Amino acid sequence: MSRIDDIFQPGYKALIAFVTAGYPNYKATAKIAVALAECGCDIIELGIPFSDPLADGATIQKASYQALQQGITPEACLKIAADIRKKIKTPLIFMTYYNPVLNYGLKDFCKSCVKAGINGLIVPDLPPEEGLELETITRKSKLDLIYLLAPTSTENRINIVASSSRGFIYLVSLAGVTGTRNELSPELQSFVKRVREKTTLPLCVGFGISTVEHAKQAAALADGVIIGSRLIQLIEEDAKLISIKSFVTSIRQALDTQKNTGGY
Amino acid sequence: MVKNTWPDSSGYYGKYGGKFVPETLMSALSELESAYAEALADAEFQQQFNQLCKDYIGRPTPLYYAVQLTAKSGGATILLKREDLAHTGAHKINNALGQGLLAKRMGKTRIIAETGAGQHGVAVATVCAMLGLECIVYMGEEDIKRQAPNVTRMELTGAEVRPVTSGSKTLKDAINEAIRDWVSNVRTTHYLLGSVVGPHPYPMIVRDFQSIIGRESKEQVLAVYKRLPDYLVACVGGGSNSIGLFHPFYDDKDVKFIGVEAGGEGLESGKHSATLATGKAGVLHGTKSYLMEDEHGQIKETHSIAPGLDYPGVGPEHSFYKDSGRATYVTVDDKQALEGFRLLCDTEGIIPALESAHAIYYAAKMAKGLGQEILIIVNLSGRGDKDLDIVTKALGMGK
Repeated sequence: MSRIDDIFQPGYKALIAFVTAGYPNYKATAKIAVALAECGCDIIELGIPFSDPLADGATIQKASYQALQQGITPEACLKIAADIRKKIKTPLIFMTYYNPVLNYGLKDFCKSCVKAGINGLIVPDLPPEEGLELETITRKSKLDLIYLLAPTSTENRINIVASSSRGFIYLVSLAGVTGTRNELSPELQSFVKRVREKTTLPLCVGFGISTVEHAKQAAALADGVIIGSRLIQLIEEDAKLISIKSFVTSIRQALDTQKNTGGY
Repeated sequence: MVKNTWPDSSGYYGKYGGKFVPETLMSALSELESAYAEALADAEFQQQFNQLCKDYIGRPTPLYYAVQLTAKSGGATILLKREDLAHTGAHKINNALGQGLLAKRMGKTRIIAETGAGQHGVAVATVCAMLGLECIVYMGEEDIKRQAPNVTRMELTGAEVRPVTSGSKTLKDAINEAIRDWVSNVRTTHYLLGSVVGPHPYPMIVRDFQSIIGRESKEQVLAVYKRLPDYLVACVGGGSNSIGLFHPFYDDKDVKFIGVEAGGEGLESGKHSATLATGKAGVLHGTKSYLMEDEHGQIKETHSIAPGLDYPGVGPEHSFYKDSGRATYVTVDDKQALEGFRLLCDTEGIIPALESAHAIYYAAKMAKGLGQEILIIVNLSGRGDKDLDIVTKALGMGK
């Protein structure tokens, strides 16, 4: 069992936090990660900034850009991860576009990830059809390669992802890019149901989860929620991290009241 | 028939190509692939496309023997494939028409597109007006400034031009925005990609619709000269006009392909768009191909005086041609492109697009020293009206 598998216990609702590594600056990320863990996040997703983040909306684009402007490289992200790993035991996942990984070298990258204490990878522009090489390497390195599904995924694609994803499946809540939204997508319920019929893997919902209410609604259907853009906004608004801490704490409480619902 | 059977069933040209896109788009790409295969097999669709190529675009475009340019260059015979005479003034309309008809067939009501020089945007806006489709064009803010006449043309034909302010504010960033729009509206929207880049099946579809350039050229050169040309020369940004010319000659091994990339302010300056000359394999905009990146895998900002060549990637089929040696890729810098521009204006009274001027310069240079029996076909991919502002500034004309 990977460290990520351990998080998903029957009835438990996982809270996964995304932050861009190196945003707002190199030193801040470790502090933010520790705060997130203390407030009840189960998994922390660190985004490696990329020049052309085409699955991301305005908030994460801006955070990536700002991190890049400060010279944050994949190498720097690995150092940040290693630093966080010394402080907390929370599973860490890298969210990265494929090109920086390809440039680093797939084997070398996975080796460095393991060394830095990373437990899994999410690569939004790498569908399973293109991911075979990285899948083989990550399996050997005991890293979980987490694939995504979207409401537009066909039954056939759900089968492909269900048989290749490890750790959990990342359900993209809506047809769109990352970013805060006013409401959850009305099709989320039927989407989660379609996937649930085909897999026993934990299902975590992300994209557009921006409020306690959203998190509650999503957790009633799935096994975990992923929050990103809203956290970036809160970091931007309040560098002392008081806002983000109180937001994450309230999400944690809401999820704990959802225990024993859903299907996992 | 062309024996080049690339791409394979996974959308690869050798080791290049593929579908590196967010999951949300994967089903749409499969849908597009099936719809395209059906359209190819449908005689009525083909008939409709061919008829509109003739009556709407004005095809076939001439293959013109450039007598004065040939004389001035002092060597090989230079023939110009006059894509500048196609409706809207560039080869881009061939693909826009083909995909527009395909989108209509698929029941899509909304079309999005990216544009660099504006030629693709104009072509898409034009076709959408003709077919009654909603049209949104993403264009980098920098390019909107550089290619103002094309913005007006798009707006006149009913398109909404959305300025893109991220990154280098050019073609690369316009593609990012178009993909983000597509992810968000994929059920109703067709992304009418304008070059042989992006995820499979785009490089194949765009190539096929642009191959009319090469097929006509072959017929035309055989009709007059009773033989195949020795060289094909075309500029390469994403690479659609060049693949369109090259592809139908793929199996004619004696016909040499020369792709001309934008050398910008010179390769040593770092300010250029010579992807095949200086880049390496990576993944950008859904495809594995040569690209320009820094040592950390971040995509580099590019430069060219020709906005249509200002792109850090290139079509996967070009990468395949480069590695296999089927095509040779060279660079022409901004200054030389301006020389090529002037040369064609002076000798033939034709104002070429700055993109095409790169190919003109190189062809004229290589013609020198070759015998007149050597035939060079240059793809004059577009006309230069859109570039008058850039050119007058660069040449210090007017005030």
